[in-house]
Amino acid sequence: MAIIASGAEAVIALEGNTIIKTRIQKRYRLKEIDESLRRERTRIEAKLISEARRCGVPTPIIRNVTDFEIKMEYIEGTALKNIITPQLAEKTGELVGRLHTCGIVHGDLTTSNIMFKDGKLYLIDFGLAYLDKTLEARGVDVHVLFQTFESTHENHEELTESFKKGYARTFQGAEEVMERVREIEARGRYA
Amino acid sequence: MPKILGLEGTAWNLSAAVVDEKDVIAETTATYMPTTGGIHPREAAQHHASHIAKVVKETLKICGKDIDAVAFSQGPGLGPCLRTVATAARALALSMEVPLIGVNHCIAHIEVGRWKTKACDPVTLYVSGANSQVLAYRAGRYRVFGETLDIGIGNALDKFARFAGLPHPGGPKVEELAKKATRYTPLPYTVKGMDFSFSGLTTAAQEALKSSTLQDVCHSFQETAFAMLVEVTERAVAHTGKNEVLLAGGVGANVRLREMLALMCEDRGIEFYAPEKRFMGDNGAMIAYLGLLMYKSGYRTAIEDSKANPNFRPDDAEVMWR
Ligand SMILES: Nc1ncnc2c1ncn2[C@@H]1O[C@H](COP(=O)(O)OP(=O)(O)O)[C@@H](O)[C@H]1O
Ligand SMILES: [Mg+2]
Repeated sequence: MAIIASGAEAVIALEGNTIIKTRIQKRYRLKEIDESLRRERTRIEAKLISEARRCGVPTPIIRNVTDFEIKMEYIEGTALKNIITPQLAEKTGELVGRLHTCGIVHGDLTTSNIMFKDGKLYLIDFGLAYLDKTLEARGVDVHVLFQTFESTHENHEELTESFKKGYARTFQGAEEVMERVREIEARGRYA
Repeated sequence: MPKILGLEGTAWNLSAAVVDEKDVIAETTATYMPTTGGIHPREAAQHHASHIAKVVKETLKICGKDIDAVAFSQGPGLGPCLRTVATAARALALSMEVPLIGVNHCIAHIEVGRWKTKACDPVTLYVSGANSQVLAYRAGRYRVFGETLDIGIGNALDKFARFAGLPHPGGPKVEELAKKATRYTPLPYTVKGMDFSFSGLTTAAQEALKSSTLQDVCHSFQETAFAMLVEVTERAVAHTGKNEVLLAGGVGANVRLREMLALMCEDRGIEFYAPEKRFMGDNGAMIAYLGLLMYKSGYRTAIEDSKANPNFRPDDAEVMWR
């Protein structure tokens, strides 16, 4: 078993073609906060990764879940952040649109949490995902991704435009969500 | 060796300083204390207007008038305060016949941290009254990786403290009381990607005062809010692959927050840096120092471009000194 990644909150090990994602203890957090967060996120992640796949969003197949650990299919590819293009941003839009149509909000849409393998995109890391059909939840979801485009990638305006195209294709009411995204951007700034 | 005068007055602290490449030569500060409740932007601006001449004179008395440029906080900040300081900076630059340099307040926090610690290319957690952001440098700019979706951590603490009847400024009082807590009361923990939100937490903490002691709620507030901040910082570290964390901003004085960040960095095997307290909150030295970096890279602000910019985003400023 080899550790292949140290994510934001989990250690990722590889055993054959199975990924073992373990949410490790965070010493900086109170035990009360830490344990309930890790337990809850692990449970939600396993549940919504499967749910998303049933809605036609490619995700790893879940093999086993315990308190703080998920065993899942290994997506032998690369993170979207290493190879992003406008075409792939458009594809990302389609996936997120399908996810939202299904009532799921990812909660952590970054280009580190989207994998690319054999010409196909997969969504991973559903620890902050939840079921929500409100404009606000969907708007924040898209806002978080746009912020990653802007902070991490060169041609963020083009990526954003391409994403919108894909998103509108698979999600009815995309225009309303984009309106909300603009509103969210204007908040949280100095009064 | 160039010497720069820097003026800071984005919020409640008015401060003037002169720095050169080696160190801070002089610094004078006048702090606005609200009479009731929170900060009143116009009252704060009046305070700055009535103190700025004295603060500048004191500073220049120590180091003499041979300075090479006047730098000032152009934003982000409270409009009336920013305008007062921008007006003073313009007048000073004109009368001393030296260039004017408008600087971004957030970036000044980062640069003074890099200057006063060994941090080189950190992920910065910037926590003050109105601002709470996670930033890192990429391709000529400081990029915002995560930020509050509503209010800053300092304002959240102050709002809660005011509600609980604690005197201003609330943050240090909450920190003191938290030390005497005996149990944790669960409060909403809201992280969305690298963004976060404090308004739900603040409301819930006020509600919790009905059934828990003030000490316990202060403790629970801090533990929850700071865990969120440390978590998003760690997320940015994982996403960017950087191996340093820098703490900046007034709330950075909180010992518990520092301890939590230090633990996270230790467990990840990366370096944690926090400058001494005087460079953590708003200070004139950081404005003068960023002014110096910009001055050396040839940057000048024309009078017609020197308008206060309350929404000045760090990623709006081109970084030509790194
Ligand atoms: N099923 C998987 N297949 C391939 N790589 C994976 C898989 N799950 C995670 N990874 C890799 O590990 C990293 C961290 O995993 P992730 O689930 O995003 O955890 P975290 O919540 O800690 O970010 C990912 O960015 C990806 O590179
Ligand atoms: Mg991840």
